[in-house]
Amino acid sequence: MAMNIFNDAFGIHERALQVRSQRLEVLAKNIANADTPNYKAQDVDFKAMLQESKKEYMTATNDKHFAGIEEGPDNGMRYRIPFNNSFDGNTVEISVEQAQFGKAAGDYQATLQFLQDRIGGIRKALKGE
Amino acid sequence: MMNTIDSVFGIAGTALNSQLVRMNTTASNLANAATVASSEKDAFRAKRPVFKALLDEASTNAAFPTEGGVKVDHIADDPTPIRSLYDPSNPAADKDGMVYLSNVNEMQEMVEMMASSRSYQNNVEVVNTAKQLMSRTLDLTKA
Repeated sequence: MAMNIFNDAFGIHERALQVRSQRLEVLAKNIANADTPNYKAQDVDFKAMLQESKKEYMTATNDKHFAGIEEGPDNGMRYRIPFNNSFDGNTVEISVEQAQFGKAAGDYQATLQFLQDRIGGIRKALKGE
Repeated sequence: MMNTIDSVFGIAGTALNSQLVRMNTTASNLANAATVASSEKDAFRAKRPVFKALLDEASTNAAFPTEGGVKVDHIADDPTPIRSLYDPSNPAADKDGMVYLSNVNEMQEMVEMMASSRSYQNNVEVVNTAKQLMSRTLDLTKA
């Protein structure tokens, strides 16, 4: 019972931080490929990705196991639909990406703040002041 | 699972690199804008880097992940036709007194230079933000 405090100490924020940093990576890819012909901008479906990170798939750990029904995991990646098409087939719109990157950085910091508060709370409880 | 904030540095790094190549070709084009040649074949043609996304994990270094970044695939010649000029006094003139000018359009090169400089700045900003977020994540230990 007591151990639960530590196991669930960070709640959803632990996984959320992973997904948020993944989104930052995807947006960094878009910005890096802003001038690449035929590059298609992607983004993360946050809800789908967070749910995916919770799921546990059955894996064959022994060669006598039957192969399970392959249910392709939804990696939460979605292609962006551009406001305007470009001649070279690139769908990165740099202003959109900049705005989203700023938001993603803010979201990441918000999750960090939640985590920091949790840690502060546990520390306070441990000190018993 | 690899640390994704880490790979942001690699991805933005490949973009900085590619934009630098683009700026270098622009500088070379501008430097050769007034180059003349004795034949159409030898005339200077403006160079354009063609970018390609790094989608193949095998093509990247495991210690420095850059998957999803960008690289310069090849450098293409500008297909704009070469202009010729009748200038018999030019030492480079051929037997008909013609010299062949480069097909560099200075105005276009300036635009290209500004575009690549902006793209470079964008990626520097990405690195800066990732750096700040990383150090804030490290600060969690001090909470």
